[in-house]
Amino acid sequence: MTALTASTRAEVLRLRRWPALWTLGGVWLLLNITFGYVFPYLSYRNGGGFANEGADPRQLLADVMPESVPVAVVQGMPMFGGAILFALGALTAGSGYGWGTWKTAFTQGPGRSAVLGGTLAALGGVVVAVVLGTFAIDLGIAASLASVEGQGIALPAAGDVARGLGGGVLILALWTAAGLAVGTLTRNPALAVALGLVWTLAVENLLRAVSSLLDWLGPVTDVLPGTAAGSIASAVGGNPVSEGGSPGVVDNLGGGAAVTVALCYLAVLVVVTGVLARRDVA
Amino acid sequence: MAVRTEGLTKRYGEQVAVDSVSLTVRKGEVYGFLGPNGAGKTTTLRMILGLIRPSGGSATVLGRPAGGAGVNRQVGALVEGPGFYPYLSGRDNLRVLARYRGIGDGDVGRVLARVGLAERASDAFKAYSLGMKQRLGVAAALLGDPGLLVLDEPTNGLDPAGVGDMRRLLTELAAAGHTVLLSSHMLSEVQETCDRVGVINRGRLVVEATVGELRGSGGLRVRADPLSTALDVSRRLAGDDVTVNDGALLLRVDPGRAAEVTRALVAADVDVHEMRPVERSLEEVFFEMTADEEAAR
Repeated sequence: MTALTASTRAEVLRLRRWPALWTLGGVWLLLNITFGYVFPYLSYRNGGGFANEGADPRQLLADVMPESVPVAVVQGMPMFGGAILFALGALTAGSGYGWGTWKTAFTQGPGRSAVLGGTLAALGGVVVAVVLGTFAIDLGIAASLASVEGQGIALPAAGDVARGLGGGVLILALWTAAGLAVGTLTRNPALAVALGLVWTLAVENLLRAVSSLLDWLGPVTDVLPGTAAGSIASAVGGNPVSEGGSPGVVDNLGGGAAVTVALCYLAVLVVVTGVLARRDVA
Repeated sequence: MAVRTEGLTKRYGEQVAVDSVSLTVRKGEVYGFLGPNGAGKTTTLRMILGLIRPSGGSATVLGRPAGGAGVNRQVGALVEGPGFYPYLSGRDNLRVLARYRGIGDGDVGRVLARVGLAERASDAFKAYSLGMKQRLGVAAALLGDPGLLVLDEPTNGLDPAGVGDMRRLLTELAAAGHTVLLSSHMLSEVQETCDRVGVINRGRLVVEATVGELRGSGGLRVRADPLSTALDVSRRLAGDDVTVNDGALLLRVDPGRAAEVTRALVAADVDVHEMRPVERSLEEVFFEMTADEEAAR
């Protein structure tokens, strides 16, 4: 068995049994269902007059039908899902320094790169599981609503599903890797989570708002990780926030450019984490 | 050689935590690494395990550079307190570590039983007492039956019964052919279990020797009257190696010279009330040695 496989199996075991992981996953699903299905459907039942003032009831119904599931899965990811997975990455890396578990892991034999590789692989698995789980649950809810409303169950096109799942995995992987890097940098889970929440929920939005006033700031905000994530969501079909869509969904970048920027961030964050993880362990 | 360090040094800014330490741990021996708190023991052990990078010098473990990939698979370690996932049970914590080591879960039950934790193995680590946490740390070090054990103050937090258990465990491990590198600030612990010791103080290795060599051949304790005459006679026989302690003389001479010393004292008209051979404890040696170090500064 290679050191990487061994480390991955170890990390999967400890993550799988971690209450924090299930709490964060549960919060994400709750947010996704509440904002993706409960509120839009209640608005629709209310004739479009509740929460979505003046929204077209037909559009509200279409949004909660099976055909829209790929969009429903990703539209909350650039900001809320991202913040939650950033927290997961930050806690995964940061807690280990406080508990002394990285020290213990590093003295078991595998090199540091193998341990980090195992962590990345295990978290990658978590990301894929979150996206697939969200998709399955959303599809179930949408199908139920369709039958309640007497609508035919029209499944989303295979291409849309692939784009939605792939986009969702890339968005969450980007934020998880960012959390892992910041957690490894600070070695302090609380500080890392706080920095991540401030960044994903506040700083990026403020910078994008200011960039509409300052021309030179635009090119910078276009390549921020949240902008890339939001642009992927809109490329999948999400409505940008400027047109009444979910917070965090933007259309600053086209789909191809957004994916490229996100992949660059992912690569840089993994390398940075690898370098940071080589520091002395107290 | 199980462990060899050459000029191993660690600096933190201006502060030198470990200063050119060259020590050797032979295969199959129990090596005691002794020193007061803050002497640099843990820092040295961390460098041997590859947790921190030396500022200078080198360390090899089982013939390979310390901390290299795969080296620690042959090493069981407990350094500066046990580090475990608080939410996992003792057993699951060890299962995680067994996976890291690339071995099956089969060994987990064995090491839990070895440290007497089998009955509490299902409890969450965070619910463990200090002593139980320490014992789980030792259990983790035994996983996979590694040839070299590096144990940093393994009796920390243990009650007297636990300390006794730990000593027995160390003796059994040594008998089974394991090499043990054991750090401690408690000399009594090392005295009974170690073949050789290295003494570190203020980052420098003061001496490396067998326990017997370190304690020397002992001496003679003499209670005699008048003391001043007895002191003069003793100095004539033993040179400067005579100290007065609690109204008694301590002569650093071969205890086999007891008859000769008694004869000389009686000939000088001294009443001899007591004459007995004494062994120096490692504790005394240690304090003498570290005091010499301080005086040399």
